[in-house]
Amino acid sequence: MTQTVLDVRNLRVEFPTRHGTLTAVDDISLTIERGEILGVVGESGAGKSMTGMAILGLLEPPGRIAAGEIHLSGDRIDTLTEPHMQRVRGRRIGAIFQDPLTSLNPLFRVGDQLVETIHLHTELGKSAARQRAMDLMREVGIPAVEERIDNYPHQFSGGMRQRIVIALALCAEPELIIADEPTTALDVSIQAQITALLKRLCRDRGTAVMLVTHDMGVIAETADRVAVMYAGRLAELGAVEDVVRRPQHPYTEGLMGSIPSLHSDEGELRMIPGSMPRLGSIPAGCAFNPRCAHAGPRCRREIPRTHGTGAACWLTLEGETA
Amino acid sequence: MTEAILEVDALERRFDVSAPWLNRVIERKPRRTLRAVDGVDFDIARGQTLALVGESGCGKSTIAKLVTGLHAPSGGKIRFNGDPEKMQMIFQDPFASLNPRWRVGRIVAEPLRTLNPQAPEAQVTARVEELLDTVGLSPADAVKYPHEFSGGQRQRISIARALAGEPEFLVCDEPTSALDVSVQAQVLNLMKRLQREMGLTYLFISHDLSVVRHMADVIAVMYLGRIVEIQPTADLFATPLHPYTRMLLDTIPDLEAPKRDRAPMGGEVPSPVSPPSGCSFHPRCPLAFDRCTRERPEREPRVHDRRVACFAAAENTDV
Repeated sequence: MTQTVLDVRNLRVEFPTRHGTLTAVDDISLTIERGEILGVVGESGAGKSMTGMAILGLLEPPGRIAAGEIHLSGDRIDTLTEPHMQRVRGRRIGAIFQDPLTSLNPLFRVGDQLVETIHLHTELGKSAARQRAMDLMREVGIPAVEERIDNYPHQFSGGMRQRIVIALALCAEPELIIADEPTTALDVSIQAQITALLKRLCRDRGTAVMLVTHDMGVIAETADRVAVMYAGRLAELGAVEDVVRRPQHPYTEGLMGSIPSLHSDEGELRMIPGSMPRLGSIPAGCAFNPRCAHAGPRCRREIPRTHGTGAACWLTLEGETA
Repeated sequence: MTEAILEVDALERRFDVSAPWLNRVIERKPRRTLRAVDGVDFDIARGQTLALVGESGCGKSTIAKLVTGLHAPSGGKIRFNGDPEKMQMIFQDPFASLNPRWRVGRIVAEPLRTLNPQAPEAQVTARVEELLDTVGLSPADAVKYPHEFSGGQRQRISIARALAGEPEFLVCDEPTSALDVSVQAQVLNLMKRLQREMGLTYLFISHDLSVVRHMADVIAVMYLGRIVEIQPTADLFATPLHPYTRMLLDTIPDLEAPKRDRAPMGGEVPSPVSPPSGCSFHPRCPLAFDRCTRERPEREPRVHDRRVACFAAAENTDV
């Protein structure tokens, strides 16, 4: 039986500015089941990190959730007060960010940081917490744990630091991990080690993972389902093989075509003309319509939406250009 | 074989990373040197693209700086068979490499005025407009400032500026790694078109093997300051010879044939300040035998464009 860990319904994130309100996340709905990895992809400014931050309750003011609901294993969390939300973060939702140094305090030994986090979120005593910290470090693949536990963050390499951040995120055995570009700062060989680790943890512990990245290759090898975002909206959501091999949305199709192949040199890369609109100047109707070869009158008038599997495109929603 | 526009021979660059003098005296610390580039040689034929690939810290960007003269070599030779003024560089970060206080027109015109200080204003303006048009921007963009453009458009401005010097040879250091994929495709297509039309030669530096496969004629794979393997692009992907190249090819995520159950290779790139003895890849190498820990595999004599620095690979193939 599947068990829904994260349920985001019609989420809308707004930033009020002097020049009007910007909508960074526009009517997004998605779910993640226990033991599932949902990939969230998109280009910079598509709203993928903002969605993760909204779920974590870490939106920087004046950014705010303007509409929608976020449920974690049945409990609504978007309406919690900050002290309550602080307890949910860490205990029930773990976070992994791109730069491990922003998650680690440079002045404290990594072991102490792990012990403190375990102490904060569980009932364990000092020595039991230290034992647990060592177990976690072993689980994420850090060699010579007995010596390394008393090292400072700067004494670790980038890949090892990211492993420690993952261990930190796991301290309280969270139901959900939000990993925002966890491998972007790392070299390919280390990147493969970290994504394999995330996959193993997800499988062994049944943790739900939201993997936010711009790298379709990482998604193809790691995620079960994938959500493609464009200009704050969901363009397409589906099983990863479907989205990679048979993309429905013209944007997803263009995105796949623009990635150079490892197997052949196709001469000219396919490219999408233009660039993603800035948040203040999103066109009416489908946000992708000015760059889309198939856009019809309806695409310029009405916003296509998808809630659940499928593409937010009038072509597939209506079967023709409306 | 066509004429080589750039010949690099036994190139070395060492950096002194010692502790400050007082610490060395009091704490009796020795001097320490980092061999960023450690005996590298390659040629680039006119009109071709040679790519340097490798993980961070392998020395690929240091080579770019040595070739363009931003660093002086500590040893070895670089021979450029062309007019040194005809060499230009495109940097990774289009945000840092353009002066934010200058209008685009002035940025692109600067090399024109440097090359020909007597050029009449109307001629410079006309040439700037022509260059902006070449890279797919509008001549009207000349009056705008860099912040008004997106990352991809800024990289086009960098390319227009590089072309203003009428270069033969461009050194491109990770020119698209700060860009989103759909924009990256636009810039790569533009660079290929310009190469075809103007007969440009590229030294292309990247960590992304799929980008390199698309751009390069010849690929040199670097590890800890040395070239471990150099082959024409199609050959390198078909028959990678060095175990490190094979590891790199195995670990990049593959969109068309995703390896969902891979067992990733362990280990990390060691510090270039104290590289392992012998072949610096031996601690991570599945084929390593005792000779690899003692002796450094030297580069093979130049047979074609195909060379590998590996004892195991040399035994198995007749390169």
